[in-house]
Amino acid sequence: MEFRFTEEQQMIRDTAEAFLAEVSTSAAVREAMATERGYSEALWQQISEEMMWPALHIPEAYGGLGLGFVELAAMQEQMGRTLLCAPFLSTVGFAVNALLVAGSDAQKSHYLGEIAAGKTATLAFMAPGSRADAQAVQATCSADGDGFLLNGEYRYVLDGHTADILVLAARAPGTSGAQGISLFVLPASTEGVSRQWLPTMDQTRRQARIDLNDVRVGTDALMGAQGSAWPALAKTLDLATVALAAEQVGVAQQALDSSVAYTMERVQFGRTIASYQAIKHKAADMMLKVEAARSAAYYAACVADEALGGNPLGGNPLGGNPLGGSPLGGNPLGGNPLDAALAEAASIAKAYCSEAAFFNAGCGIQLHGGVGITAEYDIQLYFKRAKSAETLLGDAAWHRERLARQLLDGENV
Amino acid sequence: MKLSFSPEDERFREEVATWLAENLCGEFEPIRFRGGPGDEHSFVEERKAWEQKLAEGGWTCIGWPKQYGGRGASVEQQVVFNEEYARAGGPGRMGHIGETLTGPTLIAFGSDAQKERYLPGIRAGREFWCQGYSEPSAGSDLANVKTRARLDESSGQWVVNGQKVWTSLAHESQYVFVIARTDPDSVAHKGLGFFLMPMDQPGVIVRPIEQLTGTSEFNEVFFDDAVCAADDIVGAPGEGWKVAMGLLGFERGVSTLGQQMLFQNELDDIIRVAKANGAARDPALRQRIAEAHIGLRIMRFNSMRMLSGGGDDGSLQKEAMIYKLYWSSWHRNLGKLAMDVLGAESEIVPEAPYQLSRLQSMYLFTRADTIYGGTNQIQRNIIAERALGMPREPRG
Repeated sequence: MEFRFTEEQQMIRDTAEAFLAEVSTSAAVREAMATERGYSEALWQQISEEMMWPALHIPEAYGGLGLGFVELAAMQEQMGRTLLCAPFLSTVGFAVNALLVAGSDAQKSHYLGEIAAGKTATLAFMAPGSRADAQAVQATCSADGDGFLLNGEYRYVLDGHTADILVLAARAPGTSGAQGISLFVLPASTEGVSRQWLPTMDQTRRQARIDLNDVRVGTDALMGAQGSAWPALAKTLDLATVALAAEQVGVAQQALDSSVAYTMERVQFGRTIASYQAIKHKAADMMLKVEAARSAAYYAACVADEALGGNPLGGNPLGGNPLGGSPLGGNPLGGNPLDAALAEAASIAKAYCSEAAFFNAGCGIQLHGGVGITAEYDIQLYFKRAKSAETLLGDAAWHRERLARQLLDGENV
Repeated sequence: MKLSFSPEDERFREEVATWLAENLCGEFEPIRFRGGPGDEHSFVEERKAWEQKLAEGGWTCIGWPKQYGGRGASVEQQVVFNEEYARAGGPGRMGHIGETLTGPTLIAFGSDAQKERYLPGIRAGREFWCQGYSEPSAGSDLANVKTRARLDESSGQWVVNGQKVWTSLAHESQYVFVIARTDPDSVAHKGLGFFLMPMDQPGVIVRPIEQLTGTSEFNEVFFDDAVCAADDIVGAPGEGWKVAMGLLGFERGVSTLGQQMLFQNELDDIIRVAKANGAARDPALRQRIAEAHIGLRIMRFNSMRMLSGGGDDGSLQKEAMIYKLYWSSWHRNLGKLAMDVLGAESEIVPEAPYQLSRLQSMYLFTRADTIYGGTNQIQRNIIAERALGMPREPRG
């Protein structure tokens, strides 16, 4: 049993921690927050060219470093800890994973190569007011000569106003649910694409609206088979969910650490408030949450690694005993067992990490007392990030219901 | 990171499972899934016989070194054994205090004579032990023991006076280990001794404590000029606290996956009920059932981290520190969930006068989970002080 970092993974984590402590300071975050772009281009250049982070889990054949999902999660956790303002989750968590899951060899060569070289990307799939399921896909695609004609409106697109490359989900007119969905990848500069920043409560991560007005793309833009992309999109969203859960661990950790540090300095009634049990017990509950969240996120990262790299027809990678693998059994509806294990692990992680990050950030404000609600102290930024991350890709209740369907209704998610 | 056991450990798993399938049957069929926490009073004689059966197969004390009759099993193998044991419905272990507490303590701190005298009986599944730690005024504040031990010059024996409480299986055990004050003027953890004492003597009186379940796993044990042989003190007088704390360090998480298997059985029961009575269609209960499932899965992931070691300096890891607070809180919630899923039926007791169902008994007994073995409040103090470095509580 080696459910811990290897030496190499520990090194990657430590390097990320040290680098981010330098570049993603409170001042840097606040400077990025004040811009419409939402991040520093110079920093992104450094991240992509010097650190090569976007290339982390891109296979070497496509110009990447060929590392795994655990390394990605380790990095994402550190980004959460410092609230790094950068289009990393959008580019890597969403777009790279979409390309890895659904891209053709030519698409991977072209776009993953560009991303490894510093281009940014994102995935757009949600219609206004929708939730992160198949029904969220409302943009349409229809055959148009040799290619397709895309129309529709997306909201909640991470870094959608600045991304260089877009992965888009659209459905054949008249279809619903999981039927009729296709994925496309295209440059954001394609004619007919218009994009607009949507200001958000969490100022540390940007969202945008994207409108498609008769956007014409060739068949080379289509990812996978036409009309049957829901499993690929669902798997992409599960992978992005795992990356996001790891980020939430970092948010939860920093909310705890900064709050403990504050209570060790703040003196009332002649002693540091950290010496009161009312404070200590709250901090202990916060530590329980973050440690359990960490276990869930890294378990999911291990499963994601298998699901991304593993042979889709392979056996259960999680060992022979039923509790070790998914206790929900194989796949009654005939899906890929690795993908089913990923879906379960992603929902467990997202449900728990969402609440852990929110709990810790909320308690963090309380432990900070009056200064917790000022703009000056960073805990408010963690509180806002915790909430936006909870909402993104399904909140805790949404993921619990997804698990309940498996547990109680015998459905494959 | 890897999530699987090694092929050797999987072969060991197979061996355990096969032996249990071939032996935990026939006369032992009725005791499957019995005698666990909250049910320790059940089938005592049968469970004692089962201990001897286990011993014949070489399945007692598997983590002990081979020279003392164990298998020298690795932590992983012990985990695998406990997991398979729970999966097969292995009954609550009558010998677990001797095997997991007395034995390792003697192996670490005992004299050669003590090892020779006590280890074989534990290994053979014939001699059972209970634990004499808590007292009416020494609960969370365990060092506040008042029980006294005095070396009687004329008989050359230790004479023990005082009272212990919350002693599981006291009336079924031949021996008890006791911490008692050897220096009457000492306070707190100084001046204590660690004693090995026979239960069957006039100076030891056992009184069962009836619990809210109507059953009595726990007892009060009174020592009224009870005697202990001069050479049955472990370590020197005054070293009792060191010996007792060393013993707490022997819990390395080997039983956690077995415990989780029992929890999984309970959750499976609840899900069966929910599907049968329609609770599975109630949105609020669906959320709580999913939450219980999530909580149990993460409990396993926590254990896997614990078992993977981590802290190179040998310090207690953070995931180990949260473990008790985590599982006890989860289990207490599960108890309430069970009753809420049962609905109106939850009140009806299967047999008069007060024979509770498994889930009812679980529900009531989970209120003890957050108290024994360090209350949730003590656990939070430990986490805050040792893991987060917050100021220690003032001690009187």
